[in-house]
Amino acid sequence: MKYAFFPGCVSKGACPELYQSVMQVYPRLGIELAEMTTATCTGAGVLQEKDLRLGDVLNARTFALAEQQGLPIMTICSTCQGVMSQANHRLTTRADYLQEINGLLKDEGLEYRGTTNIKHFLWILLEDVGEDALRHSITTPLTGLRAAPFYGCYIQRPTEALGIDDHPDRGKSLERIIEILGAEIVDFPGKTRCCGFPILTINEKNSLTMVATHTRDAKSHGADIMVTPCPLCHLNLDGMQTKAASQEQTMIDLPILHLPQLLGLAMGLDAKRLGLNRNLISPESALVKIGVGL
Amino acid sequence: MHTTLRIRRFNPEQDRPSSYYQEYDLEIDPSDSVLDGLIKIRETVDDSLTLRCSCRGAICGSCGMRINGHAVLACKTKMISVASEGETIQVEPMNNMPVIKDLVTDMAPFWSKIRQIQPWLQPQGRAPTAEYIASPESMSHLSGVMSCIMCGVCVSDCTVLEVDKSFVGPAALAKAYRFVADPRDGATTHRLEQLNQPGGMWDCTRCMECIQVCPKGVGPMDRIMSLRAKGMKAKVPSTCGSRHAEVFTDIIKHKGMLDEPMLAIRTFGLKHAGRLVGMIPMIIQSVFKGKVPMSGPLHRPIPGIQHIQRLFTRVRSQS
Repeated sequence: MKYAFFPGCVSKGACPELYQSVMQVYPRLGIELAEMTTATCTGAGVLQEKDLRLGDVLNARTFALAEQQGLPIMTICSTCQGVMSQANHRLTTRADYLQEINGLLKDEGLEYRGTTNIKHFLWILLEDVGEDALRHSITTPLTGLRAAPFYGCYIQRPTEALGIDDHPDRGKSLERIIEILGAEIVDFPGKTRCCGFPILTINEKNSLTMVATHTRDAKSHGADIMVTPCPLCHLNLDGMQTKAASQEQTMIDLPILHLPQLLGLAMGLDAKRLGLNRNLISPESALVKIGVGL
Repeated sequence: MHTTLRIRRFNPEQDRPSSYYQEYDLEIDPSDSVLDGLIKIRETVDDSLTLRCSCRGAICGSCGMRINGHAVLACKTKMISVASEGETIQVEPMNNMPVIKDLVTDMAPFWSKIRQIQPWLQPQGRAPTAEYIASPESMSHLSGVMSCIMCGVCVSDCTVLEVDKSFVGPAALAKAYRFVADPRDGATTHRLEQLNQPGGMWDCTRCMECIQVCPKGVGPMDRIMSLRAKGMKAKVPSTCGSRHAEVFTDIIKHKGMLDEPMLAIRTFGLKHAGRLVGMIPMIIQSVFKGKVPMSGPLHRPIPGIQHIQRLFTRVRSQS
């Protein structure tokens, strides 16, 4: 299982603990990674506000680079996954559009033939590594830990571009992982809703209300931690949680873990090596429940 | 098939302020719609069940409701698509609007927001002697957005309206796009300036709920993104939203990857320096915890950035 690894800007920027934790867990899963060091940002849906076609050209370039290597792309960010999936859907369902975009790539010596598969680490765990191998990698099941899933919009919608119409299990994949890792799933209504990050600069009040609503709701349903496959959600749910609690005049204090951090704990890896000391809302008290120190 | 419909009930004359769920067992053909099931209950089991419907063919937009947590047209939703044999189907009124009774919602706030964007053609110049002429080529791109049947399903599942009722919402913004992009309309700049205000096009989170639930393929969020692009192109006064998109794009052009500190500094600028000051506690905590970019504070460009810059030039020269 070898992938062209697309780490995304945030795992190399404001959430270095995500990159750190992926580096710790992937070799234990029989995965090989070739990092795409010359790939651009996907545009995160923001560049696409300005120019959708420009975004598709940049992503087609990334797909073509992976295609040259003959590798599928592995993402570790719901937003990267969603933006790439949507771009790939437009390119592979309209031959004339693909031809137009290839016309723009031609002078860079690139052509995208439409064969690159793009998969989030979350889906790879279940669809490529497989449940049996995943269970085999677990040394310390997270028994007693109550984990609330939080997906991020871009890995849930639109279902057609994400392949969820063809792979319905993807829509519940995070719950399945929590279960396999031995933790208890805490279901709550906000798990597929918006974290508020995209409007943080535009309407901070609404953004923080979303953070407070989801974290408080998960906690009231009994969650010890929340786990997300999206570093942008993490930036808001973890980074802005204290401010959100202040705005709503409440206490929340719900640790937010990146997916590979939770997986690494179940693999018995050291919490600091997983970057858990870098999470702004300390997971220390939650980790005590599974006998892990920080 | 056998199924149970778990329906949220509310009667303002008896139940105020609380609602409750009532379950009805049902034998029904799997190819029947959820609306067929609800009508069967009303006609054979409980005539107090209140719902709104008319055409039964996804044309009139009357039977919007939430089924298993997502807004749909009940007439377009097959029983078998939402439940297997013996499973329960949860039916609730649409969200983000007041409930009048059971599954019937008050659409007045919906229509108020539609009126807010002035949903009529505003051509400039002298009126023609006959109709306003537009070529099919200049109008065909609007056929998707003109398919909107005003059912309210997108508004029901909008994540912004959940926290802020002042947001104009996906249906009204899609309708606004319909006129902004109409070649016969002469009020484009004025419309974009209005949509640029707080509560307008920049308040959408891009959560894609509206794209997912729209029963007619209107894709309201895609229309909102097109409005934003048109606003930036028309150079309507900048907002934190438009500056965020402009600066983000410029950073990718020069570095290939995002430079988060630079994005925040240039987006807020001196005009909104207070927002930057408000982030200082979080920034200090992040640095203290070691959450600093792996490439260092200078954010070097990715290898081969000249390829990216050439692509930017080429795309823009062909726009």
